[in-house]
Amino acid sequence: MPTTTPQPAITATGLRKSFGDKVVLDRVDLHVPPGSIFALLGPNGAGKTTTVKILTTLIRADAGTARIAGHDLATDPNGVRAAIGVTGQFSAVDNLLTGAENLLLMADLHHLGRTEARQRVAHLLERFDLVEAGRKPASTYSGGMRRRLDLAMTLVGSPRVIFLDEPTTGLDPRSRRDMWQIVRELVAEGVTIFLTTQYLEEADQLADRIAVLDHGRLVAEGTADELKRRMPGGHVRLKFTDQRALDSAVHVLGRQASRDSDALTLRVPGDGSLRSLKPLIDRLDQGRVEVAELTVHTPDLDDVFLALTGTPDTPATRTPKHEKAAIR
Amino acid sequence: MSTASFALRDSATMLRRNLRRMLRYPSMTLMLVGMPVVFLLLFVYVFGGTLGAGLGGGVGGRAEYANYLTPAILLMTVTAVVQGTAISVAMDLTEGIIARFRTMAIARVSVLTGHVLGSLIQAVIGLVIVTGVALLVGFRPTAGLTEWLAAAGVLLALAFALIWLSVALGQISKSVETASNLPMPLILLPFLGSGFVPTDSMPGAIRWFAEYQPFTPVIEALRGLLLGGPSAAEVGTNTAIALAWCAVIALAGYLWSKRLFNRESN
Repeated sequence: MPTTTPQPAITATGLRKSFGDKVVLDRVDLHVPPGSIFALLGPNGAGKTTTVKILTTLIRADAGTARIAGHDLATDPNGVRAAIGVTGQFSAVDNLLTGAENLLLMADLHHLGRTEARQRVAHLLERFDLVEAGRKPASTYSGGMRRRLDLAMTLVGSPRVIFLDEPTTGLDPRSRRDMWQIVRELVAEGVTIFLTTQYLEEADQLADRIAVLDHGRLVAEGTADELKRRMPGGHVRLKFTDQRALDSAVHVLGRQASRDSDALTLRVPGDGSLRSLKPLIDRLDQGRVEVAELTVHTPDLDDVFLALTGTPDTPATRTPKHEKAAIR
Repeated sequence: MSTASFALRDSATMLRRNLRRMLRYPSMTLMLVGMPVVFLLLFVYVFGGTLGAGLGGGVGGRAEYANYLTPAILLMTVTAVVQGTAISVAMDLTEGIIARFRTMAIARVSVLTGHVLGSLIQAVIGLVIVTGVALLVGFRPTAGLTEWLAAAGVLLALAFALIWLSVALGQISKSVETASNLPMPLILLPFLGSGFVPTDSMPGAIRWFAEYQPFTPVIEALRGLLLGGPSAAEVGTNTAIALAWCAVIALAGYLWSKRLFNRESN
C-alpha cells in the first residue's frame, strides 16, 4: 500500500483528565510527526507526567482520543505498548539485579531468542558505556549511570516511539549533555521522541517542536524560534559600580528603565540593535553616568516560558511576579 | 505463540527475576525461615515441659508437646513466607520497575504470578528446613508416604492461598512498612486456634472463634495426617474443610490481587 504522507507518530485530540475536582489536563491536542523530537515544556504540576502516563497506557484519559504509531490508545493498548518505550522520571530499574541482568530481563520480556538477546545486551552495554558496570547491581550506580541503564532497557525492544519523562532531571551537566547526545542519535535512527522537561535549554537544544503546558492547558506550540519570535522581550542590562551612578542613570533614562538597587542594575527595554543602542549610550554619556558593564539580552525561551506560564487566570499575560517578565 | 504460552513464558521470566532477587537479598529469606525455627525451639524447650504436661494425653511432657506443636509451626512457616511476599510486592510497587512493566506488551498477570511462584518455592524450602529442625528436636510423625504427600498437599494449598492474599495485601500497602505489618494477623491466628494448646482450654468466645477459624482445620488436618488422628474419617473431614478454606482464600486473594493490579496507578 503506497503511503504519500507518513502517518504521525502521535496524535491526540481533546485529552482531558481530572483527579477528583482538580482538572489536570484540559483539552490537550498533540501532533507529533515521525522521526522528530517533540518537547512538552511546563513548570512542575503543569500536567506533563499525566500526559505521558495517558499516552503510555498507564492511566486512562477521561475524554479525548489518541493514536500512537497507528494504534488507538483506548481500543488497542497492547498495540501501543508494543510500539513504545518509556523512560520515566523515576528510574525503572531493578536495583537488586545487575545492569546486564536488567537488560536481559527486558530481552526475555520482549521474547527475543537467546543469541539475539545476548547480542542486544552486549551492544547496549557498550553503547551506553556500561560494560564495566554491567556486572554490578544497579543499586550501586550513580544517577547518570542509572538513567543510562534505564534508557538502555527502554531500547531493548527497539521501540518506534520513545517517551522520556524529564530524562535529565537531577543529572549533572555532563550527564545531561551525554543524554542529549543519545537522544539526538536515536532520532537520527528514525525513532520519534516525546520528551517532557522543565528545562528551557533542553527543549531549545533538542526539540523540533515545543508545546508549552500550563495548568493542564497547551498555551503555545511551535518551533523554538517561532516561540521566541512571539516575545518582544529583549532588553539592555546596565550594571553600575555604586548606588550614586545608578541614581543618576535612572534620572537620565526616566521611567522606561526598571531598577534593581541590590544588584546595581538597570534593565532598559530594546531589541539590542545598534540603532537603539546608540541613543541610549549617547544619553548616558551626556548625563556623565559611569556604566560598569553593558549587556544585550535577546529574548530566550526563558522569557517565553515565564510569559506564557503565568498566573492561572491570565496564563498568557506577563505578570509582575516574575522580575524578568515585569519589564516592558 | 498463543496468549497462554506468552503468559507462561513471561511468568517464568518474572519467576527468574524474583528468585534472583531472593538470592541477592538473602537476609529476608533467612529471617522468614528463622522465625518459625525460633518459635519451635522456644516452645519446645522453654514452654514445652509445662504445656506438654497440660495436654492430658498419655505420655505428656516435652516430647509429646513437640509432636503437638509441629503442625502449628509448619503453618507459621507459611505465614512467615507470605509476610515476605507482601513485603516484596510492596517493594516492587514503590520502585519504578512495575510502571515499566505496565507500559510493556507483556502478560500483565505474570508480574504477580512471578511473585506467587517465587514465594511458593520459598515456602517449600522453609517447610523442608523447619520439618528437619522439628525432627531434630523430637517430632516423631507416624505418617506413611500417602499421609506425607497429603500433608504436603495441604501445606502447598495453604501457601498458595495465603500467598495470593498477601500479593493483594502488598498492593494495598502504601509503604513497605505497612506491607510487613498487614499480614501480622496471619501470624497470630495459629495462637487463636488449636495450634499451641487445645481449644478446650479456652474461655467461651475465644474458644468459639478458635474452633471455627480457618487455621484450626488446617492444623487438625496436618496433625491427623502426620501423627495419626482420632479416626480416618475425622482426618478426612478436616482435610476437606482445610482444602475448602484454601480454595476460598486463594480465589478471593487472586481476584482481589488482579483487580488491584489492573486499577490505575496514580
